[in-house]
Amino acid sequence: MVKEAEVREPLILGKDVTYHSITEDVCRPIEGKAGKLWWLLFSVAVVLAIWGTGMILYTIGRGIGVWGLNNTIDWAWDITNFVWWVGIGHAGTLISAVLLLFRQKWRMAINRSAEAMTIFAVIMAALFPGIHMGRIWLAYFVFPIPNQFGSLWVNFNSPLLWDVFAISTYFSVSFVFWYIGLIPDFATIRDRAKGPIAKKVYSMLSFGWTGNAMAWIRFEEVSLVLAGLATPLVFSVHSIVSMDFATSVIPGWHTTIFPPYFVAGAVFSGFAMVQTLLLVIRKVLHYEKYITIQHIEMMNRIITVTGSIVGVAYLSELFISWYSGVEYEGYAFLNRATGPYWWAYFIMMTANVVSPQLFWFKKLRTSLTFSFFLSIIVNIGMWFERFVIIVTSLHRDYIPSNWSMFHPTFVDIGIYLGTIGIFFTLFLGFTRFFPVLALNELKSILKSSGEAYRGKDTGH
Amino acid sequence: MSNSRQYWQSVEQLDNNEEFAAKNSDEFSEELPLDQFLEKQELSDSSTTRRDFLKFVGFSVTAATLAACETPVMKSIPYVIKPEEVTAGVANYYASAYYDGFDFAPILIKTREGRPIHIEGNKKYSMTQGGVNTRVNSSLLGLYDAARVRNPRIKGEDAKWSKVDKAVKASLGSAKKVRILSNSIISPSTQAAIDVFASKLGSEESPVDFKHVTYDESSSSGIVTANKNTFGKAVVPHYLFRKANIIVSFGADFLSTWLNSSQYATGYGMHRSPEEGKMSRHYQFEANFSLTGTNADIRGAVKPNEIGLAVIDLYNAVAKATGNASVKGGKLDDDNDVANKINSAAKDLVANKGKSLVVSGSNDVATQELVNGINQMIGSYGKTINIDTPLNIRKANDVDFMDLVKEMKSGSVDTLFVYGVNPVYSAPASLDFAGALAKVETSVSFSGVADETGSVTTILAPDNHYFENWNDFIPVDGAAFIAQPVIRPLFSKSKTQQGTRQAQESILRFVKVKTSFYDFMRENWNTTILPLQKDYSTFDELWNNTVHDGFIHYTPAPVAQTLEAIIPTSASASASAVVKNSKATGIVAELYTETNMGIGNQANNPWLQELPNVITKVTWDNYVAMNPADCRENGYNTNYGQHLPASLVNVTVGGSTVKLPVISTPGQRVGTVSISLGYGRTKAGKVVEQGDMLAADGVTKTVGANLFGAVSTKGGNFNYYVDNVIIELAEEKEYPIGLAQTHFTEMDRKIVNETSLSTFIKGKNVYNPDPTVVDAYGITQKVEKLDLWAAQDIANGHRWGMTIDLSKCIGCNACVTSCHAENNVPVVGKDEVRRNRIMSWLRVDRYFSSDMSMTDPGETGKIAMYKQMEAPSVYPEAVHQPVMCQQCNHAPCETVCPVAATTHSNEGLNQMTYNRCIGTRYCANNCPYKVRRFNWFNYVGDSKFTDVNPAVNDLARMVLNPDVVVRARGVMEKCSFCVQRIQSGKLDAKKEGRPVADGEVVSACSSVCPTSAIQFGDLNDSETKVKEVSEDERSYHLLEEVGTQPNVFYLTKVRNIDGERIPVGLGHGTHGDHEDHAEEAHGEDAHASESDSHSEEHAGH
Repeated sequence: MVKEAEVREPLILGKDVTYHSITEDVCRPIEGKAGKLWWLLFSVAVVLAIWGTGMILYTIGRGIGVWGLNNTIDWAWDITNFVWWVGIGHAGTLISAVLLLFRQKWRMAINRSAEAMTIFAVIMAALFPGIHMGRIWLAYFVFPIPNQFGSLWVNFNSPLLWDVFAISTYFSVSFVFWYIGLIPDFATIRDRAKGPIAKKVYSMLSFGWTGNAMAWIRFEEVSLVLAGLATPLVFSVHSIVSMDFATSVIPGWHTTIFPPYFVAGAVFSGFAMVQTLLLVIRKVLHYEKYITIQHIEMMNRIITVTGSIVGVAYLSELFISWYSGVEYEGYAFLNRATGPYWWAYFIMMTANVVSPQLFWFKKLRTSLTFSFFLSIIVNIGMWFERFVIIVTSLHRDYIPSNWSMFHPTFVDIGIYLGTIGIFFTLFLGFTRFFPVLALNELKSILKSSGEAYRGKDTGH
Repeated sequence: MSNSRQYWQSVEQLDNNEEFAAKNSDEFSEELPLDQFLEKQELSDSSTTRRDFLKFVGFSVTAATLAACETPVMKSIPYVIKPEEVTAGVANYYASAYYDGFDFAPILIKTREGRPIHIEGNKKYSMTQGGVNTRVNSSLLGLYDAARVRNPRIKGEDAKWSKVDKAVKASLGSAKKVRILSNSIISPSTQAAIDVFASKLGSEESPVDFKHVTYDESSSSGIVTANKNTFGKAVVPHYLFRKANIIVSFGADFLSTWLNSSQYATGYGMHRSPEEGKMSRHYQFEANFSLTGTNADIRGAVKPNEIGLAVIDLYNAVAKATGNASVKGGKLDDDNDVANKINSAAKDLVANKGKSLVVSGSNDVATQELVNGINQMIGSYGKTINIDTPLNIRKANDVDFMDLVKEMKSGSVDTLFVYGVNPVYSAPASLDFAGALAKVETSVSFSGVADETGSVTTILAPDNHYFENWNDFIPVDGAAFIAQPVIRPLFSKSKTQQGTRQAQESILRFVKVKTSFYDFMRENWNTTILPLQKDYSTFDELWNNTVHDGFIHYTPAPVAQTLEAIIPTSASASASAVVKNSKATGIVAELYTETNMGIGNQANNPWLQELPNVITKVTWDNYVAMNPADCRENGYNTNYGQHLPASLVNVTVGGSTVKLPVISTPGQRVGTVSISLGYGRTKAGKVVEQGDMLAADGVTKTVGANLFGAVSTKGGNFNYYVDNVIIELAEEKEYPIGLAQTHFTEMDRKIVNETSLSTFIKGKNVYNPDPTVVDAYGITQKVEKLDLWAAQDIANGHRWGMTIDLSKCIGCNACVTSCHAENNVPVVGKDEVRRNRIMSWLRVDRYFSSDMSMTDPGETGKIAMYKQMEAPSVYPEAVHQPVMCQQCNHAPCETVCPVAATTHSNEGLNQMTYNRCIGTRYCANNCPYKVRRFNWFNYVGDSKFTDVNPAVNDLARMVLNPDVVVRARGVMEKCSFCVQRIQSGKLDAKKEGRPVADGEVVSACSSVCPTSAIQFGDLNDSETKVKEVSEDERSYHLLEEVGTQPNVFYLTKVRNIDGERIPVGLGHGTHGDHEDHAEEAHGEDAHASESDSHSEEHAGH
């Protein structure tokens, strides 16, 4: 076994952690009863989910007019939320795929929940292009399926169509990747399950996993292949989402910097969301041993790096808008910063560029409370980034007679909160029925990186 | 031949033996094989299993459900015998004419399967050239107005016509004093009917005191009286704007509401393009910023009470130059260099003697006398003003009406007929017409709806809509128009209703004349018009051709010619009267008629209510127009629209107080306000009940407030300004306002390219340079040369295009309503307008000039510069720009649609396939012009639109154009270049085996344009007008540098002013004002910096 260097911080804390205790710790929430805090959070999430669903049905029943959109601003909260959720959905696959390829062992404590978050976030994201359609009942028109109209085909020039492919591919690969990883853990739960229903369900979910050496070899191989497949997708999805804007003619959208800038932003917001969720899980499920300060710090470092990339992108945009000498472009960015939506721009700048810089201080980046607070701030900031890009570019574009303002309605707000509700309903369900930590993978690093085994091997 | 032939089925029947008879007594002569059927073993043994039962039930339920889901099929009944002139799917056009006491226009009514669906102008009539204004255009919807009454009423109760006739006859039988109150009657046959009516009243022994009183709700009585005083002729002269090189208007909004505005607009438009140096110059002096004011080359803001003083100043300036005696004037309160502008006007007038025209909208006799004096000095009479063949419209004398009200008050009027006017609504409150009306024993209103007057008269005898009537008009002697019915009266006599009846016919019936008005009119034409014309020898020829053409020119009977060049002797007296009258204290409010609503007789027309005001873009309300400087000083909100409310104030005018929002209107004379008439109708129908204002009773909801009551009657004329107006913030403080355009200025962008005549002469490269790009190799190229895209195949076949001459466009909105009617554009109501969701496919943008300019920002920083640029000047210039889908050949919308619902046709059209659209709205976002409109709601089914959108109401639905689908919820729509008209034009040509001729296919907007500013046609045909205009040096594309390659061309607006005005680069700006004689070098600098910024822009891409 490869041994970690002594100077490295152990990734699994606690002198008493054994292979068995990992299993016990991971299975406890699944096998035991939920605590009061879980129920409280779950109730809130379900209420929001129901409210949001109601708002969605209301929109479908009455028309998009119940939102605050208008002739000038034809996208606002819908696509803001869409991009926001897609962005959040980036972290999971990045953590599991990219970090797997780079053999970063610290990913093992966080990849499972991060991937789950990805899946749920992408589902939330995929909801918006659907419900923002004027005629959702004809949504199947966007798929290149044979139809009775003869040669009528989708428009392959349209970035929206690229979105359809990008997101469905990303979702499928992420889901498979996540699920493959779950199989050995489901098998463990199956083996321990006492109830007949649980046994049956987990048997089915674990696909008859035996845990023999051959199975493990294949498991490793598939994981590696999928990681290879998923890695480019991490970069492609948000690049393509950014092209919804970049390929248009609207000043403030028509920007070549968008693909890398959006990917960086997505990783930034995704890690922030992972951070938020991890800190909650760590606290609620008492996973301090597995999700250590070191993990949190690593995450914070990535947040700082990506946040800085985003900051550079913001500044480049401003510079280019001035340097280009294009009247409309120059005005679009000046208007962002100083126009009627200056406050949104200010929130974006503060939350995304200034706040992550605080993580240069070790004290702050190792503080759980501060990390939690900042992760929320970053998520707010990234929501405003998308809002700023979409709404402030549209609200004052080429012809001043069209200039307009956007005012959200209760339906806009309801649907947004609703998706947060649905997301957390799913995620909290996940914490009750799924192994939140990749227990079998964790076991693989227990000896090399676990505090409990450190002393034994060196003999001191 | 014997009749007892028999038929038999069989030999047995022929024999009819016993066996057969017995057998045949039953219905079935042979026994049915019932047993055989029932005894079949399999069948009797078969038992339906539970599974089968469920299958059957499941199937039936599903089948029933599926069947229920099907769209209800409505079957139409075809004609059993098809009328000869009706072919399903082919439109018929009928020549007719519109007159409502306010507007006159020769029109062409388009009908489909017998339903009138569109109004266009009669192109044959050279004075209007097919132009109709927005009010005439929208009057179509009045036919299908649900508020029209379907029964005559006696004391508010539905009654039979026979009862009505009896009651009126009884009243006439005993009446001593009978009065008819009407608008100016320009119909010779109606006048003849009234004469017949008068002649039949009373008898030898008991004569009846009869008088026909004319009352115009928008009065020009001042002109009539002034002409009586000057020339001895109580007439409104016939103004020939087409002959005027210099036009000076003192508060006359002659392009939109003043007198015969439709005709003036056409004449005015003829000389508004600078080609060949024939451009007219237009000075406007006024208090409120009128549509005419926005078109003026030079505009001076003058207080409404001081218009007369300005006239005196001009009079003196002209008198000095022509060697006439000057008069004593007053001191004009001048804050925007009016004095200089007047001097400049005088210089121009004198230099263009006989080719100039001075008009005034003032209703003050003395002012009009001075205007007459000026016109005499500059030799307008006989040249640009014809006083011998006067205008018959609005020739009423206000004193007559005031006298009538006095008589009524005294209780001496026994029977009163009210025709074509609504005095309970429109008479000045000081006269108390309603109170006087109550004293009349029998009052009859001919109003088609139970309006304010019709609902309080003792009898309501509803007139037909003018589409259902025969009528004739002579607006100016020399041309007679016939209005023909295009549909059977919608509410004709039936079992359930009594129906409506033409007023003229009622008038004849009341005096026991039984002839139909049609026969009466023919007879009248036979005796009056036939002898005056030379074109036709027989009456039938005359009649048939006139009905077909809509009008006939004739030689009027000779009248006494007015002596020319009488230099006014009473000018001093007039001037002192003017000076005396000009004294005013406090805030002065001008009460004006607004372009869309006019006198408010079409208040129940949602098309007009939602039509944005030409200056302020306010919909669904009238308001206090106040200069932004005044607004800021008083703390009123200047930043409103969408969710930001306007300030609500209590306005006390002439003793009564109304609540109105304050709208900051640049150009309004500081220290004065303007409020439009025509709003605040309480009894017009459902549409006005949608308003947010409360009527005087505090309960009834109205759209806007009625200011007719505040019109003063000082000096025997209706005075349309009032002083001592008190404006205070109301307790509610705020009021939601529906604005179709919330931004004021152009932000120094090349949206409306505008230049001065002097700059124009310097050539295209100075005022309208092509935008250029520096390509990757450093070579400067025209924008259209550099392209990432494969070119659309548009060189062959048709390529439909449009040109819009911004110099000619007066911003009148006629194109907008024409488009609405043609394309079934939904009305969405004020709340949706406030959400910036107005559905118009064609909008007219209005921009004010700003004091801040990009070329000359002074010390201002960039951020502050843009902020200041958003604010218009106190007295700005304004421009109008119609914007519809530009039909780009490289359309940004087409590439982004995921489902290819919007595509390019091989005729250059950017087409929209509603069926395919799923409503992602990406196309709308990516449209640089923002001309796409999304169906946010189901405008036909959603309860929010019940009372505003005509398509919801079964009756009003009949106005829908069957060639254009009513769009479903959730789809995107936009201007289609009237593709249905293109198709029909192409079909016609194809049937006749010839190419489409120029002018054969005309879009709805182009067809009604009074100034022919909009041209439509085939750009691939080198013979067409549109092709010629598109190649004009003034032509440019909107946002050409974006590379969309539109099929719509705009022509640079040229103002006839001295001094440089160079459009500057992308942000062209109006640098300096017209007095600013910029140096040559400065202009060239600006030009150079412009091409620089172009290069940089495209290098940046």
